[in-house]
Amino acid sequence: MSPPAVAVIGFAQAPCLPSAGTTSGVETLVPVFREALADAQLDRREVDFWCSGSSDYLAGRAFSFVNAVDAIGAFPPICESHVEMDAAWAFYEAYVKILAGEAETALVYGFGKSSAGQLRRVLALQLDPYVVAPLWPDSVSVAALQARAALDAGVVTEQAMAEVAARSRADAADNPYAQVRGPIDPDAPYLADPLRAHDCAPVSDGAAALVLASGDRARSSPRRAWITGVAHRIDPQGLGERDLTRVPSATEAATAAGLPDDLDVAELHAPFTHQELLLRAALGLGDRVRINPSGGALCGNPMFSAGLARIGAAAQQVMSGRARTAAGHATSGPALQQNLVCVLGSEAS
Amino acid sequence: MVAPPLSAPLDIAFDYTRSLGPVLGRFMTGLRAGRVLGSRTADGRVHVPPLEYDPVTHAPVTELVEVQSTGTVTSWTWTDRPLAGQPLDRPFGFALIRLDGADTALLHAVDAGARDRLYTGLRVRIRWAAERVGHIRDIACFEPIDGPAGALDFQKDEPVTIMTTPIRLSYTHTASADESRYLRALAEGRLLGQRCPVCRKVYVPPRVCPADGVPTEDEVPIRDHGTVTTFCVVNVPFAGQRLDPPYVVAQILLDGADIPIPHFVIGNADDVRMGMRVAAVWREPSSWTTTPENIAHFRPTGEPDAPYESFEEHL
Amino acid sequence: MRAAVLGTGQTHHRTRRTDVSMAGLCREAIDRALADAGVDWPEIDAVVLGKAPDLFEGVMMPELFLADAIGAAGRPLLRVHTAGSVGGATANVATSLVRAGVHRRVLAVAFEKQSESNAMWALSIQPPFTAPIGAGAGGYFAPHIRAYIRRSHAPGHIGALVAVKDRQNGALNPYAHLRQPDITLESVQASKMLWDPVRYDETCPSSDGACAVVIGDQAAAEASSRKVAWIRATAMRTEPTFFAGKDHVNPRAGVEAAQALWHAAGITDPLDEVDTAEIYVPFSWFEPMWLENLGFAEAGHGWKLVESGETRIGGRLPVNPSGGVLCSNPIGASGMLRFAEAAMQVMGRAGEHQVAGARTALGHAYGGGSQFFSMWVVSDIAPASV
Repeated sequence: MSPPAVAVIGFAQAPCLPSAGTTSGVETLVPVFREALADAQLDRREVDFWCSGSSDYLAGRAFSFVNAVDAIGAFPPICESHVEMDAAWAFYEAYVKILAGEAETALVYGFGKSSAGQLRRVLALQLDPYVVAPLWPDSVSVAALQARAALDAGVVTEQAMAEVAARSRADAADNPYAQVRGPIDPDAPYLADPLRAHDCAPVSDGAAALVLASGDRARSSPRRAWITGVAHRIDPQGLGERDLTRVPSATEAATAAGLPDDLDVAELHAPFTHQELLLRAALGLGDRVRINPSGGALCGNPMFSAGLARIGAAAQQVMSGRARTAAGHATSGPALQQNLVCVLGSEAS
Repeated sequence: MVAPPLSAPLDIAFDYTRSLGPVLGRFMTGLRAGRVLGSRTADGRVHVPPLEYDPVTHAPVTELVEVQSTGTVTSWTWTDRPLAGQPLDRPFGFALIRLDGADTALLHAVDAGARDRLYTGLRVRIRWAAERVGHIRDIACFEPIDGPAGALDFQKDEPVTIMTTPIRLSYTHTASADESRYLRALAEGRLLGQRCPVCRKVYVPPRVCPADGVPTEDEVPIRDHGTVTTFCVVNVPFAGQRLDPPYVVAQILLDGADIPIPHFVIGNADDVRMGMRVAAVWREPSSWTTTPENIAHFRPTGEPDAPYESFEEHL
Repeated sequence: MRAAVLGTGQTHHRTRRTDVSMAGLCREAIDRALADAGVDWPEIDAVVLGKAPDLFEGVMMPELFLADAIGAAGRPLLRVHTAGSVGGATANVATSLVRAGVHRRVLAVAFEKQSESNAMWALSIQPPFTAPIGAGAGGYFAPHIRAYIRRSHAPGHIGALVAVKDRQNGALNPYAHLRQPDITLESVQASKMLWDPVRYDETCPSSDGACAVVIGDQAAAEASSRKVAWIRATAMRTEPTFFAGKDHVNPRAGVEAAQALWHAAGITDPLDEVDTAEIYVPFSWFEPMWLENLGFAEAGHGWKLVESGETRIGGRLPVNPSGGVLCSNPIGASGMLRFAEAAMQVMGRAGEHQVAGARTALGHAYGGGSQFFSMWVVSDIAPASV
């Protein structure tokens, strides 16, 4: 196998907050760019390619991402692109751009003011517009249908879900960017049966930026986490078509990304406790894998940057030497419809 | 103490018209008639709601078959506080329901009355809407099979080809601290710019300098007089328009600013020209709030035109 | 690694395609592209979907619900959105996936179903704290056209000449929304003045439509039994919507994208070396403006190529032989249509609007406030190196 060609060399994020920043995201992004570039010891003029992820429906207006370009300082002009997805997929686009030899360095960013609208209602617009969305099934109810199916099938238990919440909140105690910390009440009332408040990610405003570089550039940077594989897949959306207790797209992405057996850490983008359990099974993660030392999306879920932040958190584990191999995972769409897996390692193989 | 950034509601609403195509069109036509149709794929499975394309062969699905209006709950949740737009305005359960004769499940609401009456395996039937138009909401909801079934009314003949879906969303739009200072100055009848510490250009309204990516800092008072750099005459009516055409929308370079703002120039449209000097016409001071709408429009001042070279770099 | 367009497909573009759903619209283009490429579903490794604002259709990230119907289920799926340039950007992203050696064959598809709502409504939503200066889509660009006319001293009928040419070209294109073989300079000049100086006949329509292309690597191209369009170079550049000193007439992002494109393609004299160009011209006056921006003419001289007839089919550089955006404008797909039409020309599959002997062609798209640019150059022979 050839040595990995691309590495993560810098990462920064804004604190996850219930309500913060402008709808445009510009003022939030400026310091995040500065920190990520400082982390990578790169000047913004040395960035060959910029790529972002965001959503017009989060802001409630068309072309909302256009304004965010102002935060870059994009004159003289830059090479730039945007996905209407979590920025983890912008990360993938940038990774491919470097692999193709079209860039040596890239800065990837995601942003969104989830609190601007009623998020769980806005997300109903991701559902089939003919037969599902007109009923306005909110994102928490949709996740609850999946959780119920998993409980009925015996692949998760309410106790295991509560343990995920408790562990995540305990880990978040050391994470200055987390929004939610501290103990849970296992008997808290249901938000959408069988999901209690602690089973659901909070609504978070935030942003994240990650810097990538190809081989030689990466080797000259102070710290790096080599990307040994990235892959993503999508399942059909139909909630009554697929087996909601399984996540084939995550399994296939992990296989294609070469998720190793000796993984040290996994940062999983699971906005609901039962989804972490489903993902652990889909990715084949055993008990020795440390899951979400950051506290994960359950303790801060800034839409459209939370997936990228999982990759960033995994990369930080490797760059800091706390882990030899780590995986970052991102999800998009209702009930874990689309999944991306990125495997990172300390060695250039 | 710095005043917090300003925020204000932003509501968006539109009745979307969805053209349905052959499969969904027949499905919706069926619903209007009180019948549920599923699509049969090459493997023999019947899908409700129908799939338009076979997931295995990718071929268009052409065969639709009728299934029962009764079925079984395969998964469910419960909500005590329904959200706007949902099928019921009292506590209810969203559920996945496999109709008898179908191989897949449909998402809909179940009017079970209480949480403990809804469970996986519950037998339910469709409660049809009193008035049906060819829409997924022709199914008002599902109900447990323990009471008398309602009667169905007549059916119409015209095939359903389009469904209308109202989408109403409410947002809170939040301005930046710099923009908020600008807006608060506007409420006092003042125009405020800010200078970029890198390129030294003056931005009005203030913002992160788009060329340098840094916040603008020094406040610079801006005069409410300026020069028309370029303009167009709007003769066309369109959705969301505020003025009756024709009217002039101009780019106006305010004295002291390095970037033009768009605004109306009211006067004889034929007289508006590049380089024309104009001045802001403010609304009644008693009506001023934190909005650019405090300036109603601009008017020609009658001063000599600015030479082309003086604004050429702002085109 | 080399990449080539194996096949293209597009829908019949209309104001309202009420006969199809969103999936049906996409599949009409996709199925034609697969057939044109001679490629079957199992050979597709990944799907890239491009579309302009989600508010147009009222669906958040519609590729999620479309995943199955567009053949993306079980595969990688990306959704690109770079404003009006998105159709081009989508093709460029698909090209990168092939060039990086990640995939052998990638399906790129772009669509817009404008009839689900009203684009003018979606674009004129007034956020709080902004001045309600509604001018409409043409009202944004018309002042910049006025500035171009002032700067270049172009005669007033240039915009009408472009409109006549494009609408007559559209009459040769069976998929075009507007097909007006009998249009004349006089009829354009007699049409209603909408956004002075822009007349009705000088503006693009609002269309439902989709476009798809199949892009393959060298092995896939060589395995193809049909002629392919080799992708010699791609380029993308961005600048902010507004900043002090922005040149709205001749934006630097467009100039630099074109320079990067010609350099990567090894083209030193684009007017001489490019046989035909599909350029994103939503208002007729943008043809001379972009001819200058792209380096086909010196600044201030683009209109002379138009006036002398050199941009007609049969001229030195036929521009928009398909009829272009002036004849069909399914916004999210409009850029990909430019890219696909360029490929069709060098594959010799442009039918009645084929430019004789076209071997090298440009596809171009732009979006936002003349700030996002995407382009590619395709040729009938493989580039020497990449």
